[in-house]
Amino acid sequence: MTDVTHSAARTQSRTGQIVLRWLLYVILCLFAVYYLMPLFVMVTTSLKSLEEIRTGSLVALPREITFDAWKTAWSGACTGIQCDGVRPFFWNSVLIAVPGVLISTLLGALNGYVVAQWRFRGANIIFALMLFGCFIPFQVVLLPMARVLGLMGIAGTIPGLIFVHVVYGLGFTTLFFRNYYVTIPAELTKAAKVDGAGFLRIFWSIFLPLSLPIIVVTVIWQFTQIWNDFLFGVSFSQAGTQPITVALNNIVNSTTGVKEYNVDMAAAIIAALPTLLVYVVAGKYFIRGLTAGSVKG
Amino acid sequence: MAPILDIQNLYKNYGTTEILKDINVSIEPGDFLVLVGPSGCGKSTLLNCIAGLEPISGGAIHIGGHDMTSVSPKDRDIAMVFQSYALYPTMSVAKNITFGMKVRGIDQKTQTAKLEQVARQLQIEALLNRKPGQLSGGQRQRVAMGRALVRDPKLFLFDEPLSNLDAKLRVEMRTEIKELHQRLGASMVYVTHDQIEAMTLATKIVVMKGGVIQQIGTPAEIYKRPANLFVADFMGNPAMNLIPARTRTAGAGTEIEIDNKGGAPIILRDPHTSNLPPDVILGIRPEDIAEPGFRAAQSAQEAECLVDMVEPAGADTFVLTHLGGKQVTARLHSETEAQPGQRQKLAFDLNKVSYFAPDNGQRLN
Amino acid sequence: MSKWLEEHLPKVVLAPSFIAILIFVYGFIAWTGWVSLTRSRLLPKYEIEGFIQYDKLFASPRWDVAMNNLFLFGFLFIGISMLLGLVLAILLDQNIRTEGAIRTIYLYPMALSMIVTGTAWKWILNPGLGIEATVRGWGFESFTFDWLVNPDYAIYTIVLAAIWQSSGFVMALFLAGLRSVDTEIIRAAQVDGIPTWRIYTAIIIPSMAPIFLSAFIVLAHLAIKAFDLVIALTGGGPGFATDLPATYMYAMAFSRGDIGQAAASAMIMMAVVFTIVVPYLYSELRAKND
Repeated sequence: MTDVTHSAARTQSRTGQIVLRWLLYVILCLFAVYYLMPLFVMVTTSLKSLEEIRTGSLVALPREITFDAWKTAWSGACTGIQCDGVRPFFWNSVLIAVPGVLISTLLGALNGYVVAQWRFRGANIIFALMLFGCFIPFQVVLLPMARVLGLMGIAGTIPGLIFVHVVYGLGFTTLFFRNYYVTIPAELTKAAKVDGAGFLRIFWSIFLPLSLPIIVVTVIWQFTQIWNDFLFGVSFSQAGTQPITVALNNIVNSTTGVKEYNVDMAAAIIAALPTLLVYVVAGKYFIRGLTAGSVKG
Repeated sequence: MAPILDIQNLYKNYGTTEILKDINVSIEPGDFLVLVGPSGCGKSTLLNCIAGLEPISGGAIHIGGHDMTSVSPKDRDIAMVFQSYALYPTMSVAKNITFGMKVRGIDQKTQTAKLEQVARQLQIEALLNRKPGQLSGGQRQRVAMGRALVRDPKLFLFDEPLSNLDAKLRVEMRTEIKELHQRLGASMVYVTHDQIEAMTLATKIVVMKGGVIQQIGTPAEIYKRPANLFVADFMGNPAMNLIPARTRTAGAGTEIEIDNKGGAPIILRDPHTSNLPPDVILGIRPEDIAEPGFRAAQSAQEAECLVDMVEPAGADTFVLTHLGGKQVTARLHSETEAQPGQRQKLAFDLNKVSYFAPDNGQRLN
Repeated sequence: MSKWLEEHLPKVVLAPSFIAILIFVYGFIAWTGWVSLTRSRLLPKYEIEGFIQYDKLFASPRWDVAMNNLFLFGFLFIGISMLLGLVLAILLDQNIRTEGAIRTIYLYPMALSMIVTGTAWKWILNPGLGIEATVRGWGFESFTFDWLVNPDYAIYTIVLAAIWQSSGFVMALFLAGLRSVDTEIIRAAQVDGIPTWRIYTAIIIPSMAPIFLSAFIVLAHLAIKAFDLVIALTGGGPGFATDLPATYMYAMAFSRGDIGQAAASAMIMMAVVFTIVVPYLYSELRAKND
């Protein structure tokens, strides 16, 4: 008798388990839909004609796929008075991001190496001051930066924007490399010193070859930061030097002419494509950067 | 001969904390100096100071007769083996060994010749193209040794090189290091917290505690005549028995009275020692307490003690008893008939005892 | 000379970055602080006049709206993101077979620019052709979802988009935290017959306190900095209904030509960040040095 009730209870709990399991998957899928929906809407909208957008449903697949919006977004859409699409601004962003990433990563590697392996009096305070620099709201430096860029003669130029991104990226790149290099035993530096190697030799021959993972993390982080930046771009650029985020905003919020939603969406996808690509290709490192940037230690 | 390493009045502070206090040591060429002590005693810091990896706060270090105070590590003509081996992880074994020569701009031919010689010596020829990550602990240890050997330095420095190995390998490598020392006749400074390593390897031991040198001497001196209670307790396993005792002058010698658990106090007579204070700590090694007639010398004196515990250890059997309120270990032969809870006659070799002052722990005889 | 260089090279290498940070972070904060105490308008003046800019700021209804929005937005954004992130992390922690793919989907918005996010949501939420029109198209003729253009609700669209962008990241943080809990403790609890939900509430979640703190700091920081999203989604409108301190500051600095007000509002933002981040950084650095 007791056996029967036991096994009944067991079957019951097993079916309960299966139902719970299904429920779990359903919930997870619903959230997946929530996260994917905007991307889906963006892509489908960009492939529809304006006519279809006006008459059709937001979530419907395009009846007729057309790449006209993409062509317009790339080379014909108007940002204010200029109507060359996002192409020139896409290249502006590339011209800003590539040197900005390289310089700030290199400096971060050297700084992190010093702070982690060549401690001297006050190194910790210097590091703390640099770390805090990661957290300031950039609004507090906008006004003086605008003036200083003017004094340096690089206001509104691409080198000016590179400079700004390098300066305010240093805190994070230093932090990344510092946290990576403190895990490398100090004995390695000591052994190399006894072997006769100096500061730069040890960095070049021993630390740099070890650094590939953290270089990838840092490059991805910095690239995402610089590519996606809007505040510096909108504050310190002028007509010909705007990065793509600023151009995208100008296209979307331009009040002249007919509102071309499909072009807006195509331009938005173009603006998002490089960072999305990085995310898809190197997601592991992307997440590592995000968590490293938040969990200090 | 001039000392190869001479340390005079060395002080080392971190901020206001004194890490090393008034260190004076010197060794002759061919000496194997072991710095031993519990963790935090400053032995590794002292080694780092000798290497030039830590600046010193006072005093002087001479290597080969030259003042090293402001000489950087690479110019001190030293080689160092680290606890974690500190092999360069991205370089092959061969590159690890030749890195120092490459940095110094030594020509390729010499590099190859030296590499081959050292690899043969350490039997690591087959490993030369591997990366450190592909090596076992023992192999890494050998490579680290190779990196030091290839330098042919005036002075070898070892920072607990065996502490990351398992017990069996540690004994093997210990023998190898000793062999190497004898073959090369090189001068070595070796840091360890393992007193057995210190005893087996050293020609000269420095026992340290709290940044202060407790005793310098040959292994035999340190073992037989420890300078204070700390050294007596630290060196030797099982440790020296340290038994509180009372003394009375008796003729030319001394009569020693020790409380005996469950019996009348033991009275021992030491004919050779005099002028002891009334209260002392008697130090006697376990092997100097034996069964009557077995290992004890003629000077041995017998007493009956209550056996608390019997611990057979193969070659010997350790018997624990209580004397002077302390647990006391005696080293009996393996066929002993001692039984826990019974009384057992033990012979104390009074020729080999040490006396320490209870207040400051210093040796009295 | 070469000896000196050899000894001081590490400092020499660090010096330019450090000097840059000193000038461009701390020097600039000081400059902004100074200017916030003057009567600067279109051009900065350097005669200190006291707290007039702050008086003006606190008297401004637009600033009032911006600060209220910041607290409302911050509270909802941080709270919901954390809750959602935690729930998703726990759900994903149940040996889900497609975990990798699901995680990738939840987290990808973090790779997007806020401007892109804003553009997408602006399109989805626009009443004429977006969700409202779609649902009406399905036959619910009276359905209204006009938050984007409704001054009372527009701020919630920003909350919605911000959560969409950041909650996956919080999920990733929490998931890493869940995984870092000592499995032996969990096994011990399972052997003791403690039900799974109790293991989560009593053992795993309490041991993740540092991660909650980290997530809070990151989200608070994002909330205070939120600027791009507002610009792209609502432009601060309708009217000033979705103004945040960041957009207020930008408007004062670059379109109103009121440098004094811009500086004062920036300093207030700075102060808010300070009160949140400094204790955190202090405790983090202290813990590390011990």
